[in-house]
Amino acid sequence: MLHELATASSESWISFNWDSLFSNFLPATRDGITYGGIYALVAVGYTLVYGVLNLINFAHSEVFISGAYAVVFTLTGLGFDGNSPNLGTIPLIGDLLVALLAGAVTSAVVAVLVERIAYRPLRARGAPRLAFLITAIGVSFAIQYLIFLWRGSVAEPSVRMVPVKAIFQIGDTLIFLNQIIIVVAALAMMIAVDQFVRRTRTGRGIRAVAQDPDTATLMGVSTERIIVLTFAIGGLLAGAAGLFYIMQVPSGAIYNGGFVLGIKAFAAAVLGGIGNIRGALLGGFLLGLIGNYGQYLLGDAQWNDVVCFVVLLLVLMVRPEGILGSSLAKVRA
Amino acid sequence: MRATQKLAIPAIVAMMAVAGCANSSSGGGGGSGSGGALGGDLKNLPVQSKIDVPSDAVKPAGDGKAKCDPNTTIGYVGAMTGDNAQLGINIYNGVQLAVNEHNKANPGCQVKFTKFDTEGDPTKATGPATKATSDKNIIGVIGLPFSGESKATGKIFENAGLAHITPSATDPALADNGWTTFFRGLGNDNVQGPAVSKLADKLGAKKVYVVQDDSTYGIGLANTATKGLGDKLAGTDKVTTKQKDFSATVQKVLDSKADAVFYAGYYAEGAPLDQQLSDGGFKGVFIGPDGVKDPEFVKQAGDASKNAYFTCPCIPGDLIPEFATAYKGVSNGQAPGTYSVEGYDAMTIMLAGIDKGNTTRAKLKDFIKSYDAAGLSKKYKWDSKGELSALPVYGYKVDGGVIKSVGVISEG
Repeated sequence: MLHELATASSESWISFNWDSLFSNFLPATRDGITYGGIYALVAVGYTLVYGVLNLINFAHSEVFISGAYAVVFTLTGLGFDGNSPNLGTIPLIGDLLVALLAGAVTSAVVAVLVERIAYRPLRARGAPRLAFLITAIGVSFAIQYLIFLWRGSVAEPSVRMVPVKAIFQIGDTLIFLNQIIIVVAALAMMIAVDQFVRRTRTGRGIRAVAQDPDTATLMGVSTERIIVLTFAIGGLLAGAAGLFYIMQVPSGAIYNGGFVLGIKAFAAAVLGGIGNIRGALLGGFLLGLIGNYGQYLLGDAQWNDVVCFVVLLLVLMVRPEGILGSSLAKVRA
Repeated sequence: MRATQKLAIPAIVAMMAVAGCANSSSGGGGGSGSGGALGGDLKNLPVQSKIDVPSDAVKPAGDGKAKCDPNTTIGYVGAMTGDNAQLGINIYNGVQLAVNEHNKANPGCQVKFTKFDTEGDPTKATGPATKATSDKNIIGVIGLPFSGESKATGKIFENAGLAHITPSATDPALADNGWTTFFRGLGNDNVQGPAVSKLADKLGAKKVYVVQDDSTYGIGLANTATKGLGDKLAGTDKVTTKQKDFSATVQKVLDSKADAVFYAGYYAEGAPLDQQLSDGGFKGVFIGPDGVKDPEFVKQAGDASKNAYFTCPCIPGDLIPEFATAYKGVSNGQAPGTYSVEGYDAMTIMLAGIDKGNTTRAKLKDFIKSYDAAGLSKKYKWDSKGELSALPVYGYKVDGGVIKSVGVISEG
């Protein structure tokens, strides 16, 4: 009879462990920020495309995982395997850049292809919003199962490029090299994209199309070119996120591995204010932190998603536009 | 576009600067368990090189004189694709080998073998199970491999009166449903769970942290393991299938000062967990059950897998040379994996029944019910609930990137 109860533990199903949260506050923050950086990079792709087309590109999670696969194949080709490497600084940076390039370019190409195959023909025929939503979901599954048919059901063997090395510590909490690289690089890339959209001519084009595509066209902006560019930028960052994800989870390249992370990143975009690049950054970090704090407070990792999405709901109840609210169109240089 | 290039440069410089720090720093405490030596007072268990097979083990070939209807079919219902497909593949290759040996030796009785894919997913398993039961030529089934899908489909087999031997589903509650068609060809988690404690003792581990996933299998196993550990339990955490970020779990393990972690779940999550434990500075042993014991675990955990041990109510097929060689003939050269021998044994029992003329579902079921003979892995004699009495649990470890047996750790 004991096993009849196997699914329902006899203890209270919910309890709050504040001690655990306080004593683990630093590690929780460290890990939350690391994953938050990855969420933020993926969230930009959702946000940019939404800002320009009012379309939720559900296939973006597969754009991300394609980048992760490209990173794994590139690093495997460069001779990395599941063992922690012992590389000098210069070769390490070189290999990181090669992997970054491979991941970013692959994701960008996949993103542009998705736009070309799944969205542009519909746009040309003036299809209703719902049709885009369905093709988006369809493309997402189609890519997942293409990868499945090609690579099988198991994850790619793990590859590690960054040696596991603590760089400094705050209190008892070690800060590892890969975490620093991820957070610094993710921040730098987010700032770069934000500035690009705010300050450059092309960025102004993106904002113009987001605000009013017809008027933008009249003003001489090539709407189609801007749309392709938007998908490409989202793809580049998703590919970079693919590299950072593999640095954190070396066996993370699996056919359905983008799905959960994609949903999280989409939630991050909505939390920060969809259509808003700074919102994506803020939403990404917040979601990473909230999930982590939540699972210490509530005792186990199964609470992570519950906490994330309850907070998302609460925020949207108070601020339906998301925390930073304003859309891409309203950004002023 | 010029502006993009300008802005990309700071990003690259930032990465370089950070990587630069790396080289000059002393490295801190987060080693990746390099060298494979275990921390503290933990002991290494030696690898086993051979095992003894019962001399009276029944073989599929029989006496070679069997006669049967050429439509006689045995089905396999279980994972062929999906996240944990490898376990299913190990099983049906073992089954295929038994069928081949039987049909080669018995020209008068060519038994057919049909496979139905469940992806190991309880929500998808009812379809293939129904398909198998509605094929009138199928008189016995090997499967289902996983506990969740077995739970979801047991009733379908019961209603169809179709006997099925699961070579690997270990949730104890499966035998409590009153299904007369359910036969379990191995020890359940009531045997495997307590074996975790025995393995920990042998390794000299004093505090064991238990992490469970959200599957029927993981929950059941964590329950029995936790009870078996008693005072040795250092703490527990619960994770989800498909989870890849275990940073909080790692921190809790480190806080608990445990010298062993038992993960009740499958390798898809077990591998990244072990890797992240090692990365985080955990120096103890990682113990996984049969669902983690898989070559894929080693591939996905990389060098972190050096600290890994496993419990499994399964016999090391690669230490039975004759079986291992024959198996490679049906598996494209792959060595026997977890539950290959158990799949082979289960099929041998079905074939023995067919050879004795039990070619209806009812007769084959009764034959299995009263079966009492040795297989390669153990003695097969079921009680009224479909459980065996002889239930050895083996210990395994990762040795040079390969999973090897360290011998029987509990007789059950």
